[in-house]
Amino acid sequence: MFEATAQNRRNLKVEGLFRLLFLWMTCMLILPVALILGVLIVRGGPAISWEFLFTQPLNNMTAGGILPALVGTVWLVVVALIASVPVGVAAALYLSEYAPDNRLTRAINLAIINLAGVPSIVHALFGLGAFVIFFRFGTSILAASLTLAVMTLPVVIVATRESLQTVPLAFREACWNMGATRWQTIRKIVLPNSISGILTGVILEVSRTSGETAPIMFTGAAFFLPFLPQGVLDQTMAMSLHLFVISTQVPDVPEHMPFGVALVLISMVLAMNGISIAFRVYLRGRKKW
Amino acid sequence: MPEVAHAADRRDAAWWIDRAVQILVLAGGLSAIVFIAGIFVFITREGAGFVFDRFDFREFFGSPRWTPTSSHNPTYGALALIAGTASVTGLAMLVSVPFSLGAAIYIGEFATGRVRETLKVLVELLAAIPSVVWGFIGLSIMNPLIIQVFDVPVGLNVLNAGVILGLMAAPIMTTIAEDALKAVPDTYREAAEAMGATRWQVTFKVVLPAARNGLVAATLLGVGRGFGETMAVLMASGHSINLPTSPFDSVRALTATIAAELGETAAGSDHYGALFTLGIFLFLVTFAINFAADVFVRGGQRKHRRRGRRPAASANP
Repeated sequence: MFEATAQNRRNLKVEGLFRLLFLWMTCMLILPVALILGVLIVRGGPAISWEFLFTQPLNNMTAGGILPALVGTVWLVVVALIASVPVGVAAALYLSEYAPDNRLTRAINLAIINLAGVPSIVHALFGLGAFVIFFRFGTSILAASLTLAVMTLPVVIVATRESLQTVPLAFREACWNMGATRWQTIRKIVLPNSISGILTGVILEVSRTSGETAPIMFTGAAFFLPFLPQGVLDQTMAMSLHLFVISTQVPDVPEHMPFGVALVLISMVLAMNGISIAFRVYLRGRKKW
Repeated sequence: MPEVAHAADRRDAAWWIDRAVQILVLAGGLSAIVFIAGIFVFITREGAGFVFDRFDFREFFGSPRWTPTSSHNPTYGALALIAGTASVTGLAMLVSVPFSLGAAIYIGEFATGRVRETLKVLVELLAAIPSVVWGFIGLSIMNPLIIQVFDVPVGLNVLNAGVILGLMAAPIMTTIAEDALKAVPDTYREAAEAMGATRWQVTFKVVLPAARNGLVAATLLGVGRGFGETMAVLMASGHSINLPTSPFDSVRALTATIAAELGETAAGSDHYGALFTLGIFLFLVTFAINFAADVFVRGGQRKHRRRGRRPAASANP
């Protein structure tokens, strides 16, 4: 009675085939990237040395190192974080802890989706029009970082909101019942229980911010500046723009240099993401509730 | 009873702090709206001069001649740029829609446990690769490869940029499509399996139709991503003004034009205003795409909530 009919067997065969097809499709998305990483490591690896990382570029960027670009990227990321983390966490707190389900909340959510979806070059135009020209910051680290901050705000908001929402409602209710105000509840119960998730989001933002190129092209990143920035109103070099410049704008760059820069940049970004993911997995394993 | 303070009427320091924080976080929430409005206001402010004085609707959308630096007769036809963006994005979607949906189905419906988690992490890492690195890959790895394999003189073309863009848009589409599959209630799957359907039949006859809206949204967001991508397209597409007739033609995208030319224009000039006008166009199109995707996602969620509730309601009349 329970013997497989020809129909059953055919169905199972079709299922097996489709399973393989989808597995192949998944691999086709991941394999090229693995190959590319391999090529970057093989061709860029020999360029990497302490000297490459920690000396100034020489001879119109055809020799020497990438120190100003590395330092500049750190400046840009740090200033962008200072600007966007408080705002992003506040927005996430509002959306997770306060917002009623009304039109305003829907508008805020739509705005967040759009901030994430607007092309990076449009963010660049905005940064130029608003921070460089209107607020008179000039082309500076400040203007570039604020542009990056606006652009990556959704990353912080979404990650923080998700992390806040993993704190069970019962925790809050218990605290409210003790007579605590909303803020006391958030401060003593919600934030301590979600801080690590928020950190994960911040690390993710660092990764996004350090790789962006278009938004900083006209707002504060310079093609070539052979000294380190002294303050937020200086221009600076940046890793991402440096890769663009030496691979397209400068003639006679020895081949290993752009590969080396690309390898350093992608290592930074993937390391950040890796830390963020590992952190998340660790937290999920340790969760008490 | 004026002597007894009402419990809700405690206006102590904690109450005032609570009030202040409430206003602060509301301000944080509103900032997202302020920024998106600010983007529109500031790019319009810079582009307004051009839009009102020089903008010619028929020229902008009808002429492929983009010669803003010509000294005697500058023209601002964006047709070739739009065609460039459309061809690259179109090819990218041809590559990445089937593969992303296939990957989403595999990760969401077939893979289990450790394999599934690993694949999700890998897809997430794909999304992290910066666009300038993708552009560099197009320039230094894809370019010689295309020249060699297809025997064409230039490897920076629609094909190159399309494949790069397809790989870039795939992670976001896979992630959102997988979310859409996950949003389909398990009761649907169980019902179909109880009828003797195989996993594959469940997926195709039940899950995919139920997740249709979310899948459309995933595709739309992928299109939006491709449409707005700047550095990778600038570096991999060849950046020459063309109405493409084959995948081996070099083209120039809207985004790439702004990135390449803005540095050389004087603030306030026609050329400068024209680039901001391209920006306004990009902003409006991506806004429309994101809005449409949001409507689809919302529609999908509402449908499942409604249908999901029905059996429970009938069980307890």
